[in-house]
Amino acid sequence: MKSHYLLFAFIGLIGLSVTSLFIGVSQVTLTTLWSDPDMRDIFFITRVPRTIALLLAGAAMGVAGLIMQLLTQNRFVEPSLAGTTQSASLGLLVVMVLAPAAPIMVKMVIASLFAMVGTILFMYLLRRIVLKSSLIVPLVGMMLSAVISAITVFAAMYFDLLQSLGAWVNGDFSGILQGRYELLWIVGVFTLLAYWIADSFTVAGMGREFAINLGLNYRRVMFMGLTVIAMVSGIVIVVVGALPFLGLIIPNLISLMIGDNTRHTIPWICLCGSSLVVICDIIGRLICYPFEIPASVILGVIGAIIFLFLLIKQPQHAKR
Amino acid sequence: MQNVNNTLEQKARSLLPTQRIALLGGFALLMMVIFMTINLGSNLTYILWHRGSILLTMLVVGFAASVSTVLFQSVTHNRILTPSIMGFEALFILIQTLIIFFCPITTQFWLFSLIKFSLETVLLVGFSVVLYRWLFALVHFNINMVLMVGIILGTLFRSASALLQRLLDPNEFSVLQSRIFATFTRAAPELIIMSLVIIVIISIIIWRKRYQFDVLSLGRNQAINLGVNYSQAVTTTLLLVSILVAISTALVGPLTFLGLIVANIAYLITGSHQHRYILPIAFLLSVIALVGGQLILEYGLNMAGSLSVVLEFIGGILFIYLILKRL
Amino acid sequence: MITINQIIKHYDKTKVLDNVTTTIPQGGITSIIGANGAGKSTLLSIIGRLLPADAGQIHVANMDVATTDSDKLAKYISILRQENQFNNRLTVQELVGFGRYPYTKGRLTTEDQQKIAQSLAFLNLTELSHRYLDELSGGQRQRAYVAMVLCQDTDYLLLDEPLNNLDMKHAVIMMKLLRKAADELGKTIILVIHDINFASIYSDHILAMKKGQLCYQGKPVDIMQSAILEDIFDTPVTIKQIDSQLIALYY
Repeated sequence: MKSHYLLFAFIGLIGLSVTSLFIGVSQVTLTTLWSDPDMRDIFFITRVPRTIALLLAGAAMGVAGLIMQLLTQNRFVEPSLAGTTQSASLGLLVVMVLAPAAPIMVKMVIASLFAMVGTILFMYLLRRIVLKSSLIVPLVGMMLSAVISAITVFAAMYFDLLQSLGAWVNGDFSGILQGRYELLWIVGVFTLLAYWIADSFTVAGMGREFAINLGLNYRRVMFMGLTVIAMVSGIVIVVVGALPFLGLIIPNLISLMIGDNTRHTIPWICLCGSSLVVICDIIGRLICYPFEIPASVILGVIGAIIFLFLLIKQPQHAKR
Repeated sequence: MQNVNNTLEQKARSLLPTQRIALLGGFALLMMVIFMTINLGSNLTYILWHRGSILLTMLVVGFAASVSTVLFQSVTHNRILTPSIMGFEALFILIQTLIIFFCPITTQFWLFSLIKFSLETVLLVGFSVVLYRWLFALVHFNINMVLMVGIILGTLFRSASALLQRLLDPNEFSVLQSRIFATFTRAAPELIIMSLVIIVIISIIIWRKRYQFDVLSLGRNQAINLGVNYSQAVTTTLLLVSILVAISTALVGPLTFLGLIVANIAYLITGSHQHRYILPIAFLLSVIALVGGQLILEYGLNMAGSLSVVLEFIGGILFIYLILKRL
Repeated sequence: MITINQIIKHYDKTKVLDNVTTTIPQGGITSIIGANGAGKSTLLSIIGRLLPADAGQIHVANMDVATTDSDKLAKYISILRQENQFNNRLTVQELVGFGRYPYTKGRLTTEDQQKIAQSLAFLNLTELSHRYLDELSGGQRQRAYVAMVLCQDTDYLLLDEPLNNLDMKHAVIMMKLLRKAADELGKTIILVIHDINFASIYSDHILAMKKGQLCYQGKPVDIMQSAILEDIFDTPVTIKQIDSQLIALYY
């Protein structure tokens, strides 16, 4: 698609972000921002970090979903449907049990490591599937997710941490403050890295044989892809929580519109992923004002509807 | 030693289905007796009354989960689909939430809760028959597609309920939690009694149709060939299944994988494909799973509330195994 | 030149390649024929480094395919397997553009653009260049894949059953294009092919395999003899000369 469309989309995202900045219980307006130091504090300590977190998390989860779809060569997978997100939650729980006072950096690293292990387990299960019909793969992923999350919930019950775990892993941006979101910049860096090697992912998405023919180091790209997925999922779960379906619906919708050439689609995926999360967050803040509904709850509803649409709409020959 | 094992195995193989039912029945009874008598304290009447109501709830739920799953699988001619996995429970919870949302009356009067339950059940039956008939037609009974759409529909219903519950009460965590995990302690006595009545009626209907289900499990074409009105039979089954799911969900909440687990073990150990054997065995298995599981978790690990999570863990693994094995 | 030296390959316990040794000369079309399970595709995959050999060496243009960087080999040799199912929605032009990946890693230069245009034109795909692969017919898609490996601009092209899923018309078009690529662009093309009459008419050399071994090799006139073909395929074959072409009848 033409680059000026991308520009329009970018302007749209800026509009959404500005809207997000000025919604909330405290009436922050441009004039009070100028005159009232308290308002300025609210603005820079809560509103700006929150909006930046929304943008980064949305873009990164979209790209993580895309990479996972390319590496598994399957349209209907994404970190929260393949055990990755659930493994990250399990990792978070392990830290909460073993070292409750651990700094957030440690939590992040452990969660990412667990996410990596969970994703590798999923990849291993996929190799056991002889006939890779397009729906078997996500079905296995969802059940793996259910199993891992059952382990997590059981352990959380045992250690009486269910409520605090829930507070961590529900995708909720209301707790984002200055000093608590900065790790998300790392996620942004990984997203940029993914964009830098976008073509390798497209080639890997054509399958192992195509990739080797074109001289791609398949194992290395696989490893880099898994790292990006695991780091992004781990950090996002620690900082904001799970964002269900995001990594699935955004790349699929973009693919329907402009195809799968990753170099062209990643900017779109970032823009649309960010926009969707910002929109969900705005809805969540307005729908029963002054209370807040977590963005992940809104996303769960919107995401499931779009996923159903994608499933039913896919071409007949792919419905196997 | 080898010989002893062999003869034991041969004996097990040669057991008639009725003998197997008797054996499992004895075992289930033993579980129930232990459950009623273990660690009895001083306040005997209260404890017996309390445990009795839990036990009754488990019997009702076990019946609903096992029978609804076996029937559903016979009619859909496969062993992976279950009503819960297809989102029936989630749909029921959504209906419950919607009713609270649009008609937020709270009263302890027993007739009211019965009327509310009946209304919820009627709505579930209506919606599920329409929705799932549409789904089966839409995807031409492509099993993977049915599963996938069903699971996502379930997720959608759950997310929508979560959203509505948040809107009703933005700060309440416990509301959500009780909806996510099944608990066997909060069923109202009048609901249990009413469920028992319904279950007796349904049992009679199913028992009269037991041979028809044998034919249905041969698949659509064979069933039509043998003169069964297939379309009508599917509708009837969806209706029965919906009522059973409504009962189970209203009593304890979602128990996604119980039906899948007991039905698949039942196919394995019944030694017959006939519903008059499979249905009792599946029921006894679910009683053993629920009562035995509760015994182990409550008195072994001191974690009374975690049964549904453990079932989820086992069921998920079984599901992956079934998918991998099928291909 | 491709030299194949004592290649052995097992799948589990079955030996699929048993001490294969030969050389494939530079230029022209070489067809590998043989019954199902003779090891043709396995040999091709090992030459194209998609599979490792258990023993033996293969050199393409004096590079050992097992040890040379995959990256470097991609500029000398390209391989297209028969199943090319992927669900990426790429346009024909984007797909062909990935043929330039070994050179510029996706950041296409004007020179790349020219090569892409040439490949598209060579396979008569220019009009379809902006269509998505999933909108094409089987024959068109097959041509797009061939255009991609052609765009890779390697001296050696390995194609595993390029006529698979093509009807009569498109099979002929494909073989004519390959012949043209060998004659006009000086490519060395190695095919695994089932139809021995296509092999007879279009190739310069034929390698015949049976039970993992190389049993015959030579020019089409040497191989297209009923005794030899009957030995290769274990089935009665008559050879007729029609318009100076040798045609096998085995129906």
